[in-house]
Amino acid sequence: MKQKEARGIEMRILEHPILDISKDRKKVTIIVDGKNVDAFEGETIASALYASGIKVHRTTAKFKEPRGVFCNKGRCTDCIMKVDGCPNVRTCNTMVRDGMIVESLEGRGEWEHLYE
Amino acid sequence: MNNELVIIGAGPSGLSAAIEASRYGVKVLVIDENDRPGGQLFLQTHKFFGSRHHSAGVRGFQIGYNLLKEAEDQGIELLLGTTVWGIFPDLKVAFSRNTNGNDSVDAKNILIATGALEKAIFFKGWTKPGVMGAGAAQNMMHVYWVLPGEKALIVGAGNVGLIVAYQLAQAGADVIGVIEMLPRVQGYQVHAGKIRRLGIPILTSSTIQEALGDPAVEGARIVRVDEQGKPVQGSELEVACDLICLAVGLKPFDELCWSSGIDMKYMESLGGYVPIHNESMETTKPSVYVAGDVAGVEEANTAMEEGRLAGIAIAQKLEKLPDKEADQLKTEIRQRLEHLRLGTFGEERAKAKEMLVKLNSK
Amino acid sequence: MLDKLFNTSNDGILSIKRIKQLLGYPGTERFEKNPVVVIECDQDIPCNPCEDICPERAIAVGTPITNLPSVDTNKCNGCTMCISICPGLCIFVVHKNYNSTESLVYLPYEMLPLPEKGMIVEGCDRKGEPVCKARIERVIKGKKLQKTAVVAVAIPKEYFEIVRAIRF
Repeated sequence: MKQKEARGIEMRILEHPILDISKDRKKVTIIVDGKNVDAFEGETIASALYASGIKVHRTTAKFKEPRGVFCNKGRCTDCIMKVDGCPNVRTCNTMVRDGMIVESLEGRGEWEHLYE
Repeated sequence: MNNELVIIGAGPSGLSAAIEASRYGVKVLVIDENDRPGGQLFLQTHKFFGSRHHSAGVRGFQIGYNLLKEAEDQGIELLLGTTVWGIFPDLKVAFSRNTNGNDSVDAKNILIATGALEKAIFFKGWTKPGVMGAGAAQNMMHVYWVLPGEKALIVGAGNVGLIVAYQLAQAGADVIGVIEMLPRVQGYQVHAGKIRRLGIPILTSSTIQEALGDPAVEGARIVRVDEQGKPVQGSELEVACDLICLAVGLKPFDELCWSSGIDMKYMESLGGYVPIHNESMETTKPSVYVAGDVAGVEEANTAMEEGRLAGIAIAQKLEKLPDKEADQLKTEIRQRLEHLRLGTFGEERAKAKEMLVKLNSK
Repeated sequence: MLDKLFNTSNDGILSIKRIKQLLGYPGTERFEKNPVVVIECDQDIPCNPCEDICPERAIAVGTPITNLPSVDTNKCNGCTMCISICPGLCIFVVHKNYNSTESLVYLPYEMLPLPEKGMIVEGCDRKGEPVCKARIERVIKGKKLQKTAVVAVAIPKEYFEIVRAIRF
C-alpha cells in the first residue's frame, strides 16, 4: 500500500523504507484547547500536535501572528504553549503525559495564578 | 562531585571522547540537554562516507546506537535532560535539570562538544507555521515518526538540503523541489543525483521571496537571483507547498565557548566563530577542550576523530596514558583527520583548521 | 500556483561522455560479456567502502581515499554487492546481453513500496524522466544490505546506458 494511503488524514509515518517503526507504542490522550488528541508515550507535545494536523500553537502579543514549530530542538521558543496551567512551555522538548492539558497562547500568557 | 573530565554534549564527538578517555581509566561525566543522547546521528538515515574505520556504509542512526552501546558497556555516566549554562573560572560546571532546579559539578578538565546550530534566512512570512529548519524536519520524521508536510520545498542545496529532500521523499512527502541561491549545487553530486533520479527538480540561482498562506504555509513565492544575489524583477513564480525546509547552513553552537572566555576566530569555511584550539583540541583556556562541530562545522567522522583526540589528550594529561603511547595514538588520529579533509570539499576546512592551530600557538 | 518546480541545472547528472571517461568504465567488448559494474562517481570525496566490500577485489581506490574508484572489469563478475554499500547510491551493474532484445540493469532502491517481480514499471533516465517500459526481474533484499534493496530491471537494449531508475 502506498505510504500516503496508509497514513490517512493523520500525519503519522506508519511504514518507512529505512527505519523500523514500532507498532506497540502506548497510546495516551492529551487535551488540546478542550479537544481530545491522540498521542503516543515517548513523543513530544509538538509532534503529537503536528501528527493531528495542528500547526498553529499560539499568536504573538503585538501583531497576533500565528507561530508553531521552527527549530524543534528547544532553542527558538516559537512552539511555546500553556501546559497544565503553566504558560510558555516549549512543546518541542516536553513529553506528553496522559491527561495533559495543552492550551494555545495568545500573547505572553499569565503567570499570576500560579502563586496564589 | 569532582570529575576528571566533564563532557558537555553527548553527540558523536562527546561520546567518542568519553569512550576513549574512560578506556584509560578517566572518570567521565557526560551532560546533554536532550532527553536522548546521540546528537545529530539519530537524524541521519543515509549511509556515511569515509573509510571502514569511520563506519563508511553504515547509516547515521546505527552509528549512534553503536556509540551508545559502547558508552554503556564502559559504564560512562550520562546526565540527560540537563542544560549546562555556565563554566566558571575554577572549572565549576553549572547546569539546570529540566525539572529539578540547578546544580554544579567541579571538573578537572572540560570538553565542550555542543555541536552545531542551524542558520536561518529571513523572508516575508518566515515565521509562519510550516517553515522549519531541515534538522527540525529530520527530527520530526526520524525520531517521532511524523511527516512534517505533504508538499515540501527545500531551501538550500548543500548536503543537508539534498539529503533532507531525499529523506522527505522516503517518508512519503511530495518534494516539489530544492532551490539554491548559487548557480550550482553546493553538496555532493551523488546526493543531487539520487534526488534527480526520483524526478525531484533542483532550481539554482533562486531564492525564496515569501512564504504564503494563512495561518500556516500554503505556498511560496520564488525569485531568480543574479550573480550578486539580487532578485531579478519579473522572474517570480508561486508554487504550492505546506512545508518550507530551511537548509541554509550550520554554525558552531559556541555560546559556552564565548561565555567561558575562550579566544574565538571567525572562519567562514567552518561555519562562523570557532574556538581557537591546539593540535590536541585544547583551547586558549587551560583544561578546556573542544571537539566536533563546535570546533568547526564538518562531518560526523571528523567529529568522532576529534572527540577521540581530545579524550586521549586528556587521559595523557591526567597521566593515565604514558606519553609515548599517547603521542602515537594522537599522530594516527591526526593522520586520519588529514585524510578526511582531503579533496575539493575538505580543502578549505583543512586550511582553516591549520590556521586555528597556528593562532593558538601565538 | 505551480505544483512542482523545474530544473535549471545539470547538477546530479553525469553526462554519458563524462561517465565513459571514468576509470574502469567497461569498454564496448566487456559490456558484451556477463554482467559488469558501472560506478558513476566523479568527485574526490574521501570514501572507499566499494573497494572494501568487493569479494573479487575488482575495485581499487587506494590512498588517499579521495581517489576515484577504478575497476578491473575482467575481475568483476557482477555480483552486485557494491551496489548497496555505496553511500552515494551511484553504483549499478549492467548486463547488456540479458537476452536477444533486452538488457538487465541492477540498481539500488530505498523507497516504499518495493516493486515486485514481474511488475511492469517505467524505466527512467538520470533525470528521473521515463524513457521506456521496464520489467522487474529480481528484487534482492536482506539484512546485510541494510535496507538498500537491489532491483534488477529488464529494458530494451538500446537503453542500457540510460536507464538508472524506475517509477511506478
